[in-house]
Amino acid sequence: MPKLNSARELEHLRERLRQQRQDITTTVMVCGGTGCQASNSRSVVDAIRAELTRQGLEQKVWLCVTGCHGFCEQGPVMVIEPGNIFYCHVSPEDAFEIVYQTVMKGELIERLLYTDPVSGKKCRTETEIPFYEAQDRQILSQNRMVDPCSIEDYIVAGGYTALTRVLNHNLTPDRIIKEIEESRLRGRGGGGFPTGRKWQECCEAPGDEKYVICNADEGDPGAYMDRCLLEGNPHLVLEGMMLGARTIGARKGYIYVRNEYPLAVKHSRTAVEQARELGLLGNNILGSSFSFDVDIARGGGAFVCGESTALMASVEGKVGEPRAKDVHTVVDGLYHKPTTLNNVETWANIPSIISNGSSWFASKGTKGSKGTKILALTGRIKNTGLVEVAMGMPIHEVVFNIGGGAVDGKLIKAVQIGGPSGGCLPVEKFNLPIDFDILAEAGSMVGSGGMVVMDEGSCMVDVAKYFLKFLQDESCGKCVPCRLGIDRMLEIITDITEGRGKLEQLDLLEELAETVSETALCGLGKTAPNPVLTTLRYFRQEYEAHINERRCPSGVCKALITYRIDPDKCTGCGVCLRGCVHGAITGEKNQQHVIDVHLCQKCGICRSECKFDAIQVVSENEVSRCSST
Amino acid sequence: MQPQTLEQILEGRRSQPNQLIEVLQDIQRTFGYISQNAMRTISRNLGVPLIEVYRVASFYKAFRLKPSGKYVLTFCTGTACHVRNANLLLDQATSYLGVQPGEVTTDGQFSVEHVNCLGACALGPIVTEDGSYHHHMTPAKLRKLIETLRNQKTEVKQYAQTK
Repeated sequence: MPKLNSARELEHLRERLRQQRQDITTTVMVCGGTGCQASNSRSVVDAIRAELTRQGLEQKVWLCVTGCHGFCEQGPVMVIEPGNIFYCHVSPEDAFEIVYQTVMKGELIERLLYTDPVSGKKCRTETEIPFYEAQDRQILSQNRMVDPCSIEDYIVAGGYTALTRVLNHNLTPDRIIKEIEESRLRGRGGGGFPTGRKWQECCEAPGDEKYVICNADEGDPGAYMDRCLLEGNPHLVLEGMMLGARTIGARKGYIYVRNEYPLAVKHSRTAVEQARELGLLGNNILGSSFSFDVDIARGGGAFVCGESTALMASVEGKVGEPRAKDVHTVVDGLYHKPTTLNNVETWANIPSIISNGSSWFASKGTKGSKGTKILALTGRIKNTGLVEVAMGMPIHEVVFNIGGGAVDGKLIKAVQIGGPSGGCLPVEKFNLPIDFDILAEAGSMVGSGGMVVMDEGSCMVDVAKYFLKFLQDESCGKCVPCRLGIDRMLEIITDITEGRGKLEQLDLLEELAETVSETALCGLGKTAPNPVLTTLRYFRQEYEAHINERRCPSGVCKALITYRIDPDKCTGCGVCLRGCVHGAITGEKNQQHVIDVHLCQKCGICRSECKFDAIQVVSENEVSRCSST
Repeated sequence: MQPQTLEQILEGRRSQPNQLIEVLQDIQRTFGYISQNAMRTISRNLGVPLIEVYRVASFYKAFRLKPSGKYVLTFCTGTACHVRNANLLLDQATSYLGVQPGEVTTDGQFSVEHVNCLGACALGPIVTEDGSYHHHMTPAKLRKLIETLRNQKTEVKQYAQTK
């Protein structure tokens, strides 16, 4: 495509592309995100494409391979417009029926419709599905309209209008910053810092050379909204960055993306190349005086690089160690130049704020937290996936209305919000809204928006141990409180989970946690004790059971449990015997099997494979009591 | 196009120390690990002291300093996978193959690794092998996966013998 030299040329291109697509009567949107690709959506696309060609429908039906729709659990998923028909768990064998019945005749295929696990009702359209119904998908819904590898799709969908608006009206940086400030947008990456203020400070910082960075180093386990956005709609993020660069006066930007997200790397690279080709990146963008270019920097798999100063060191090709932020990165950032670093989701919010105005954005949400937030709802619930809700929605609505509640008839116990920096909130706190300040008061945080739901099968002491292990592994080691503090905390928790804990250790644990959070160098260290502090605060009785009774109430901590086979339930089928990698199970076919406790490593494979629920977990002390009587 | 040689990887990046991580990424992708020789070459070409190259290569989890097995099984141990028993699978693989995470089986066939999060949390637990995602993993599925990969090896061997 030829280079565009003015905003008007972009509008002409948009008009021309729209006209070219006038003949399209039906759109089939198949999710091609990482989740659905894992469920083989590529073959589904190939099969449908072949079928459309066979029926001679290529011109009338637009087959769009989109980014993530959010409902990964049901993948591969697709939506057919008009009609908003939603099909899930689609296989390549369904292609003929989909084209022949639904596309050509408008008939529904019952077996591909989604069945709500709560009510058992079949949902005919996407909007009928409870998972989508309660959401407010301002950003995520755009994922469905575009092929992430096509700049044309983004332009047809109204993309780059915010950029042309800024260039056409020659909006001053002050005006844009005022708009962002009035929208009260806060950083979506975890900190929740007001974006407008960050831009203002960077704009005022002295120096001609400035940078913008998109933080897509989504190291927080259990969160994947950044992957979904960068992978599904990279031009949206790019447009946000362009607007930021134009405002603060940067000529260069970086997208720092995790290499564990190959599709996000690929799509953002393609997007940058396409934008360069069209003249939306480079010198004198759309004939204006604004010049800006973006490079992709791949991360090396270090959680600490999500911290701004560590990330900048990594972009410079160095070890990702944070530094003290006496002088903020907006003044002294990448290559010691003023740098505005925002999270993917924050950048993705910018174009619509510029296009629709700050009051539109600020009309959603709570007093202190405006707009919508994408949450990664995962763990032990029925509907898992990415959800976008207006800020202020109570946690229970997210978990029960959208998530559909617990699986296997279990009871939900807690939700872990905000990843390793966040905290665990118990069911009693589920009335709290998704709000930066309120969750922080409760000891947790919105963070990047990961919500991992846990049921009675999760031991909260083990969860705290899991996060400490994670953080111990990921601590860069530069400052003592984080390096040694986390080590010591992990030692204490390990003592507790292995039955050596003492009650007075809980006070020491709390003291250590507070010291680490007060004295660590970077955000990672400062928030590292949150999982420990919140579990201690809300689930102290579980810690006490481990210490006083040497018992793990959820039957998770290996040192405190024993596996045994219930003679009444065991059918002697031999599945556990074949599955045991430690050779700890013996028994004749159709006879009761037994576990040799000396060989058993308590891995739990037998339990997860037994179809008769015959493998039981009992407390170690219960066993010793039985044997002593 | 993916670069094939160290020369191609270094092209256009010489004397640019900030390209260190990018170069290491490409070398890892092409050769499977970062050898000592590669580190020396990088040091000379980018103008970064060898110790700094080693420091960066050993700091980031993404880089392997030893060759990996033919099949690399990567287990996601992110929070969402953890609460769905990802550890059980990692335990199973390490006991079954007799290696610890980061190690290679003596026959050089398998490496077991774990990663903090692959971003497919809704489908957990996840195991990846050669870029393909195996979702909702169970011990039985994992056993089958390992066996399938093992048999692939014998098939290739048999094919080679018949030739």
